[in-house]
Amino acid sequence: MSNDPYGDRGNKDWSVGNAKGQGSIMPKASGKTHPAPGGPFLIGDSMTAGYGAGPDILHDCTIAVDRGEIAVIVGPNGAGKSTGMKAVFGMLDMRKGHVRLDGEDITNLSPQDRVAKGMGFVPQTSNIFTSMTVEENLEMGAFIRRDDFRDTMAQVYDLFPILKEKRNQAAGELSGGQRQQVAVGRALMTQPKVLMLDEPTAGVSPIVMDELFDRIIEVARTGIPILMVEQNARQALEIADKGYVLVQGANAFTGTGKELLADPEVRKSFLGG
Amino acid sequence: MDLLNAFIALSNYVLIPGIAYGSQLALGALGVTLVYGILRFSNFAHGDTMAMGTMATILVTWLFQSMGLSLGFLPTALLALPFGIGFAILLLLGTDRVVYKFYREQKAKPVILVIVSLGVTFIYNGITRFIIGADDQNFLDGERFIMSARDFKALTGLKEGLAFKTTQGITIVTAIIVVALLFWFLNKTRAGKSMRAYSDNEDLALLSGINPERVVMITWIIVAALATIAGTLYGLDKSFKPFTYFQLLLPIFAAAIVGGLGSPVGAIAGGFVIAFSEVTITYAWKKVLGYVMPEGLEPDGLVQLMSTDYKFAVSFVILLIVLLIKPTGLFKGKSV
Repeated sequence: MSNDPYGDRGNKDWSVGNAKGQGSIMPKASGKTHPAPGGPFLIGDSMTAGYGAGPDILHDCTIAVDRGEIAVIVGPNGAGKSTGMKAVFGMLDMRKGHVRLDGEDITNLSPQDRVAKGMGFVPQTSNIFTSMTVEENLEMGAFIRRDDFRDTMAQVYDLFPILKEKRNQAAGELSGGQRQQVAVGRALMTQPKVLMLDEPTAGVSPIVMDELFDRIIEVARTGIPILMVEQNARQALEIADKGYVLVQGANAFTGTGKELLADPEVRKSFLGG
Repeated sequence: MDLLNAFIALSNYVLIPGIAYGSQLALGALGVTLVYGILRFSNFAHGDTMAMGTMATILVTWLFQSMGLSLGFLPTALLALPFGIGFAILLLLGTDRVVYKFYREQKAKPVILVIVSLGVTFIYNGITRFIIGADDQNFLDGERFIMSARDFKALTGLKEGLAFKTTQGITIVTAIIVVALLFWFLNKTRAGKSMRAYSDNEDLALLSGINPERVVMITWIIVAALATIAGTLYGLDKSFKPFTYFQLLLPIFAAAIVGGLGSPVGAIAGGFVIAFSEVTITYAWKKVLGYVMPEGLEPDGLVQLMSTDYKFAVSFVILLIVLLIKPTGLFKGKSV
């Protein structure tokens, strides 16, 4: 017997149910926010968190990004990098700690209310609507906006010209690098005040990766703070204003990108000497 | 050889009834496919939702008839249809609030919801019988034919008659209007696109600021309308009997799966495939062949492949063939 009374016990018969695309974010009602002035623009402050009733995955972990900065989270597999991002976005249960955005404590907000507050999030996987066209993906990104978003769409197309060319094609038919561009473009459509990227270069070729990094720097230059998780630690730290090395859900090293690249300990453990 | 008379006979017994029945199945299958695509489960309660909506339409029709309201040559039921739809909307939204919402909040896997919908089926089924009874109900009034066989013969002088029932005409016209509206809604409006986005990727829809509960609500409203319209048209064309509506589940699901579950275009195509297969396989071809075959070669028997009692076997066999050979259906649905 399974412990999960609402699971399917391995049933994969899709003629009765359509599990593909089913969500994993548990619905949760938003609580109150309150002013908490000072500190960086976005900070997940000493977070201890886990999924549901499961064990803690993050232990007193702090991640922050300030205006005009790129902050990068690196670390070995299973270090809790993606979990840290999800915790900042309210997608798991926070047991201790706070999340503050622009002088406001938003720890109790649901993920969708954080979007409305100006946070943009690009998940690591399933980050586009595969069955919809590129343009529809961008339109869905702008769903919360009731004003005219054609300007923003034009800006996204300027940033990623290939998307303009393919705007009437289903996003699922695009290459890996193009999909990531759609994903980032979708998140930019809300005109976010801060952008969070979970491994934007996962699964793309080195050439495409360089191009994506260039684009991300370009986005950062428009003034949007960027918090991102990266597998390619060296390359990411080179463009980072601030770097966090996580190990087993806790902060191991923190510093500017250059400091971390120069730190012999970090080099030995994570950058391959 | 008498091709013209053969064609008239074919139209009279196969084409027109097939198109009308196909439209009814297509409307039913659209409801099933929407629930499958957006709420992610096969809704076994769809047949009984159709029965409940139709029942409400019938009760209001009787009320109007007793008040002397009518639409002239059109059936009074069309006037009562919006009330039936309203009832079905309240019913489905209420069921969602009381039953399905709980499971959605637990992120229950689809297979759990399938069984939950089976429970809902039995409850709807019981309520329908309790209110209107298990017997046949006839609620058709107004002009019976747009063109009767006798008029057609008098008009054309042909040996074969072509009857075109008012209900068949209404079915076809309504189906075209409803399908056009639905496609426009899904592809062009903001709410429709948000439904497709939610169907594609729930988490990302949430991260884009789409409210899942709103998507679910809009879906149930559309499904209630589709089910009531399909049920009422079927009831007008044939007759209303709660058990028949439960049985309709099979051809409706067969239609949705043949077209590809989750694909609205597929549901329509599937509806017609199933309808025409049923009609052609259970039709006695003696008459048509009598006109087409050369002199002396006319068949003596009925040339009926299967008795009409077995019409459900047809959809069942088609369902099996599709699941064995092309499980995603004709239009690439989502099931594998």
